[in-house]
Amino acid sequence: MILSEYKSKELIAQYGIAIPEGRVATTAAEAEARCREIKSAKYVVKAQIGAGGRGLAGGIRFAATPSGVREEAGRLLGKALVTNQTGTGGEIVGEVYVEAAVEIERDFYIAIVLDPGSARPTLLASARGGVEFEQMARMDPDVVSSLALDDGADVAAFLDKLGFPNSASAAEAVSAAARAFGANDMILLEINPFSLTKSGTWIAVDAKVALDGNAMFRHPDLEALSIDKTLSTAERVAQENEINLVKLDGNIGVVVNGAGLGLATNDMLVDAGGKPANFMDIRTTATSFHIAKGVELLLEDPAVKLILLNVHGGGMTVCDTVTEGVAFAYSRSQRKLPIVARLAGTNAEWAQRILSDRKLPVEICATMQSAVDRAVAISKGAR
Amino acid sequence: MSILIDDSSRVLVQGMTGRAGTFYTDLAMRYGSHYVAGVRPGKGGTRHLDLPVFDTPQQAIAETGANASLIMVPAHHAADAMVDAIKAGIGVIVCVTERVPQHDMTRVKAALAGSDSVLIGPNSQGILTPGVCKIGVMPTFDARPGPVGIVSRSASLTSEILAQTSAANLGQSTTVGIGGDAIHGLGFVDCLKRFGDDDQTEVVVLIGEIGGREEEDAAAYLSSLDYGKPVVALVVGREAPKEKRMGHAGTLSIFGSETAQRKIELLQNAGVRIAANADDVVPCLRAVLG
Repeated sequence: MILSEYKSKELIAQYGIAIPEGRVATTAAEAEARCREIKSAKYVVKAQIGAGGRGLAGGIRFAATPSGVREEAGRLLGKALVTNQTGTGGEIVGEVYVEAAVEIERDFYIAIVLDPGSARPTLLASARGGVEFEQMARMDPDVVSSLALDDGADVAAFLDKLGFPNSASAAEAVSAAARAFGANDMILLEINPFSLTKSGTWIAVDAKVALDGNAMFRHPDLEALSIDKTLSTAERVAQENEINLVKLDGNIGVVVNGAGLGLATNDMLVDAGGKPANFMDIRTTATSFHIAKGVELLLEDPAVKLILLNVHGGGMTVCDTVTEGVAFAYSRSQRKLPIVARLAGTNAEWAQRILSDRKLPVEICATMQSAVDRAVAISKGAR
Repeated sequence: MSILIDDSSRVLVQGMTGRAGTFYTDLAMRYGSHYVAGVRPGKGGTRHLDLPVFDTPQQAIAETGANASLIMVPAHHAADAMVDAIKAGIGVIVCVTERVPQHDMTRVKAALAGSDSVLIGPNSQGILTPGVCKIGVMPTFDARPGPVGIVSRSASLTSEILAQTSAANLGQSTTVGIGGDAIHGLGFVDCLKRFGDDDQTEVVVLIGEIGGREEEDAAAYLSSLDYGKPVVALVVGREAPKEKRMGHAGTLSIFGSETAQRKIELLQNAGVRIAANADDVVPCLRAVLG
């Protein structure tokens, strides 16, 4: 669960990390009015989207006056911003954050993550932060150095060696960041740029916080903050129904249990020349009613031409739970799209009987490959 | 023979008295595995599924000689249960619990360091040695004893590949689900080492996916020595939607290269036979077994 920039910054500011003074706004007029509360010679207007790469995509704009702020906010709000991390449709900008522009000497990068091997909080740092950092780090991962944040770790010496000026003060910011990281069950706290101002102090010019969704039972206050705006409505409804759904551009609706089998199915569909309309992973906690909702979301999508049902009944999700859900969704929908089904594992035969007894327009295939081939053919107009 | 578990495994279940604990313990016992005790703080001295229930793993070990544990407690107690099992000195610990907070794993990993325990999971379907012992929640109907060792990050694909190999008259030595969480215990490399030392295992199937660095580490390990047994890998997620979440270049060095294609290249360069898709694993096995 990723927090937007301003929520990330407000959260880390509570632990003593300096941030530029800023206000959030949802209309251009509001942006102008609120920026008058900030004393500054110059302002920055920043699109609040979940995806990164917005700096290079024009999502960060400068203005010298409040009326300039209004103009720039108007150019961003309500429009789709396409970055190298969004899809081709981009992400609609619903909020802008207006900030005092800070006089920057130089940009750096810091982040805290849990090392997957040791599960210890680990500092990642680079003396080459800023908007082009992403591309740089992709080409050369050695741009970033890491340090386990154990008791007694000498953060100042580590940063000094990397070329951070005024490293004692930078280390204080890191220690504040580490407290914020631990206290809020963050899985990523990234400050980029982490900037040295002309007056020699450190400030978080941008920040991105990702929270552990599995720990939100400890943070009911944060859960409300972290509604993921990068999800579409269908994806959010699916989440609420114990289904992980990602919408894609194709026309083959895919119903699969398990993330691994879901990924395997989509790989095979694309290899066979087909276009999946979605990725689906039915969680082991989903009931037939949840699954029915997931299938309805596909039936409601006009782009979807058929349903490919690929289920391997396992120890936790058995086949008939899934086909009961499919049958239930079809009983409530006017759109009786053809179904190509491959059912294997626990209760496969019983599950198949549910589909035929309810007279669903289903074709049964024995293997994944034959089901995939048949689904691709139908998606291209075969009967 | 098998890896991690065999006919000397004596299993206790932490969280046996819950709904899921009861259901899966019963299934595993019917399969013929040797389950000896349950652990549920506050219910020590009672019996459940005709097994004694204890307050702590220590008591259960002292009374029953348990040497393996299946953890099926709710997510917010899972880390404590894992730490209890490690401190009690249990050799093989399987944690099935899903959605364990990542920060809770810090103290689990600290307890694990310097201990003799092996942790599988969390969010693992468990370990299965067909016909001998099941510690987990996987289906067993299609399992057959045989020469194929399976190590996997995906429960659904393990069930799929297990069924396909059995249908092709290729049974399994042991299947290990290392769990789907970013932070977990035993990894691919540990399992490869164990399968390498196991007489029954003639070939290893490695089932990977996008994200993490398990496949990268496995490729580095296999490149570093003459493994002596063929390895077939299925890595899924080549066509997965671009990760919107954690695709941060700054964290690549620690979280791995992420793409399935890159993992496939690395494994291929390490001499691993790559299955084109889930239906290609059995043909690959036939090819490498000759």
